[in-house]
Amino acid sequence: MINQRSLFFNIDWIIIFIYITLCVIGWFNIHAAVYDPQNPSIVDLDTNYGKQLLFIVTALILGAVILLLDNKFFNAFSPIFYGVTLILLVVVLFVGRNVGGNQAWIPIGSFRLQPSEFAKFSSCLLLAKYLSSTNLKLQDFQTLIVCTLILVIPMALIMLQPDTGSALTFTSLVFVLYREGLSGYTLVIGALFIALFVLTLLFNTWAVTGILVAIAAVLIASNKKNRSFITTIAIGTAISVVFIFCVDFAYDSILQSHQRNRIDVILGKINDPRGEGYNLNQSKIAIGSGGLWGKGYLQGTQTKYDFVPEQSTDFIFCTVGEEWGFAGSFVVVTLYVTLLIRIINLAERQRSSFTRIYGYGVASILFFHFFVNIGMTIGLVPVIGIPLPFISYGGSSLISFTILLFIFLKLDSNRMGVI
Amino acid sequence: MNSFFPRRYVIQGIFIAIALVLLLRLFYIQVIDKSYFLSAKDNVLRRIPIFPARGLILDRTGKVLVQNEPVYDLMVIPNEVKPFDTLEFCGLIGINKEDFDKKFKKAIKYSRYTSSIFEKQLSALTYAAFQEKLYEYPGFYVVNRSVRYYPDSIAAQFLGYIGEVSERDIEKSVGFYRKGDYIGKTGVEKSYEELLRGQRGVQQLMVDAFNRPKGHFADGRYDTIAVSGERLISSLDKDLQKFGEQLMVNKIGSIVAIEPSSGEILTFVSSPSYNPNLMVGRQRGKNYTALNTDPLKPMFIRPIQAEYPPGSIFKVINALLGQQFGSIKADTRFFCGGGYYYGGSRPMKCTHVHGSSDLPRSIQVSCNTYYGNVYAAMIDRSGMRSVNGFKRWREGVAKFGIGSRLDIDLPHERKGLLPTDSLYTKRYRNDKWRSGYNISLSIGQGELGITPLQMANVAATVANRGFFYKPHLVKAIGEKKYIKPEYTKKNYVGVDAKYFEPVIQGMSMVVNQFPGTATYSAIYNIEICGKTGTVQNPHGDDHSVFFAFAPRNNPKIAIAVVVENGGHGSTWAAPIASLLIEKYLTDSTKRDKYYVDRILKGNLLPRPKVAPKPVAPKKPDSSSNKQKQQPAVTANKKR
Repeated sequence: MINQRSLFFNIDWIIIFIYITLCVIGWFNIHAAVYDPQNPSIVDLDTNYGKQLLFIVTALILGAVILLLDNKFFNAFSPIFYGVTLILLVVVLFVGRNVGGNQAWIPIGSFRLQPSEFAKFSSCLLLAKYLSSTNLKLQDFQTLIVCTLILVIPMALIMLQPDTGSALTFTSLVFVLYREGLSGYTLVIGALFIALFVLTLLFNTWAVTGILVAIAAVLIASNKKNRSFITTIAIGTAISVVFIFCVDFAYDSILQSHQRNRIDVILGKINDPRGEGYNLNQSKIAIGSGGLWGKGYLQGTQTKYDFVPEQSTDFIFCTVGEEWGFAGSFVVVTLYVTLLIRIINLAERQRSSFTRIYGYGVASILFFHFFVNIGMTIGLVPVIGIPLPFISYGGSSLISFTILLFIFLKLDSNRMGVI
Repeated sequence: MNSFFPRRYVIQGIFIAIALVLLLRLFYIQVIDKSYFLSAKDNVLRRIPIFPARGLILDRTGKVLVQNEPVYDLMVIPNEVKPFDTLEFCGLIGINKEDFDKKFKKAIKYSRYTSSIFEKQLSALTYAAFQEKLYEYPGFYVVNRSVRYYPDSIAAQFLGYIGEVSERDIEKSVGFYRKGDYIGKTGVEKSYEELLRGQRGVQQLMVDAFNRPKGHFADGRYDTIAVSGERLISSLDKDLQKFGEQLMVNKIGSIVAIEPSSGEILTFVSSPSYNPNLMVGRQRGKNYTALNTDPLKPMFIRPIQAEYPPGSIFKVINALLGQQFGSIKADTRFFCGGGYYYGGSRPMKCTHVHGSSDLPRSIQVSCNTYYGNVYAAMIDRSGMRSVNGFKRWREGVAKFGIGSRLDIDLPHERKGLLPTDSLYTKRYRNDKWRSGYNISLSIGQGELGITPLQMANVAATVANRGFFYKPHLVKAIGEKKYIKPEYTKKNYVGVDAKYFEPVIQGMSMVVNQFPGTATYSAIYNIEICGKTGTVQNPHGDDHSVFFAFAPRNNPKIAIAVVVENGGHGSTWAAPIASLLIEKYLTDSTKRDKYYVDRILKGNLLPRPKVAPKPVAPKKPDSSSNKQKQQPAVTANKKR
């Protein structure tokens, strides 16, 4: 029996390999991003790359510990994790350290804990536990409400910090809900709303409304007999129009000015490479100047000389793009996609729906970070301050992503066991 | 596994699709769009120009005429400037608050992100004080430059000056000059600009986002060093030049001395002159305006721009051409009864009743009657129609370099005036005119305009007995002492050497034998051959003109002196020439003190016009000023 074999053989080594590769890529690029020729030492705990090495070691130990824990531990303790996370998220609002405008850090000794990072996997765990309980159907309104609450409560607390980027991460879990039976229209409607959002910001509110109503009128006129169709279209149009005006209002009144500006930069409404668009412009210059093969390790000038802000954390991909070129970028993107596909393949081979659902959660969260982070550095997505998993500098993010991934590895290694 | 299993493919599909979008976008900005590559260079690379030292200009013996002195240009990058104590700053560099605001606005207007000059040419002293505080003013930095310095303050019009490039200069140079660069504006500085300026070097420095230097790009592989400008060895003799300028103080006029055996110009005096150091430094603009509006026009380069009728010195040319055309011989005699009658009742008057003269004597005493006859013989009794005789005569004169530019290596040379036959044909409405119609040409008056340079060149031609080398101011270029080939070519004037002897005999008698017109200027042991001229000036006193060469055999120096309003040629021009010849040939002056003092102290400036300096302010319009000639010259053209 396979399940009699040791843990060592049940672990998915492909994922471990990709994980370690990404960590190593991250470490080298952090080294390059802050490299100072006057101080070329590799291991120096005063530097970001020195610390990151420490974080990687810590993360690996933590990963090993997780693999050794009992399988039921995560399922059983998920409500407790969730509760503790919520408490931390509340606590951070009062005792937190304010870094860069976000009240996101709880200082513990010389370390700083970022509860929002841990909210990601604890929410995933609870969502998996809840959805895997028997006799639940996502089509049920009540189930949907509970799922939404599980996600919205930490989201709302994170928004209070305010850390919009981390909060938005939770929206990616819609993939989990979709996989577990949420109507496929949800994704389509979601996409439509995003399109509508962009259109509203790009063009005049009234013009977008007018065009929408016109399309609805044509659709209705072409299919007069079908009453339910007409009703659907009418309601859809009404909701859309309300949405448009909500967007308009939210954009002007709720979003903070720097967020508005970031969106405007992406939409091309602001062209100010020295001001609002500085980060994005410099980031694109760094990546774009890499060419096909890159400038070579430690040869990047844009990141090393501080043209790109946050060059070792949120904008670490600039170093990849600049020093390793399109070839390097291709490798990194491919690694991520392989990892995501692999996670989903593993998730689908589970007998336990808890593991499967959790696996989808892991994939969704990683995907969101991967897409938004790289997308923002090349101007496809507004600048949202979230890290690139396993590569960006930062202890909290590395450790929380490691926990997120290794819990899944642990659960997967036990796939043949008793549910 | 449940009924929603196929949805995994939708999700995986979305992941892959998004990854493809990212890759496409990456491919576009990294591989296809090259602009980011250039922007990255702009970000990091600072091309720091290294200004080469401008070439030195030496005199013919290797003494320095122009050298370089370090100054410091204060540069600013407005975007990087942080608030600071403006008053202290202004105090340090010696400007006031308004100036500061004006300059800062100008810099912003030029560019917020690239540097432009804030204040030019801080002296070493100012810089020393400022340097200590420089760190307090981010956004400001200093660039070394060198400016010209003229140790003897002589030869201003010859050397010219440098100034900031104009927009037109920048356009014409196709990328060589940039705003704030210096370029030769006049004089040798202009005509030898391309040699003097040298080759600018570039350092490609890398800077970080805060503009802090991060070392040389690619370890300096793409840096170039600045190559200093070539050294020019001018033909000028510094001591002679200085002496010439002293002699011409308080006089208007020119001195040009040429070495006949090479065409090298030994002295190039334009008076009144100015101190060339005035055209350097922060007061330059003010000084320039003052000089430009000075009624005596010190910026006017008289040796090559002032045109005068030559007066009696022109008789030398007529004497040579008369022989060459066979119209006269050395012993041809004409009788002078006090004037030359050319029709009508009034004669062309002569200064004295000379009686019968041969050619040498006619030059010695400068007999107008004789040359009236010579001219008539050349034009009317040549066996052809007068108009054709005139054409032949004109051609002969033109070969002496009159009426055209000698192509000296200075900008703005004027060609003078030598009338063509059509001028008279037009004036008299047919071509049947005869020598009597323009008889003043015989004695160098009338429609003639000759620059002092052209006069000196004729003297050199006579000294060489029939040819001249192109007069030039730079005898050798650079370390290798390169000489332009055109300067070693003999230009023959079409008069046989044998015809020069009687003329030279006459010129020698002018100086050395009573009753020569310039015996006052004779020197005991040097045989000067010269000819005086007294140029009629309807606007005031006659101009005093003298040209000469010495010694008679194997001449070393040919010289022309023009002193405006100096009266007779023998009063001012001849003594000045004689003093310079003596100085050049013997390296000293053995004349009595009163002889020299009379000239040094002589003041021939037009008094009523100059005395009250702050006269009604003249329009500071440089172009019209430069165009205008002295009153005498324009007037003479009309005659």
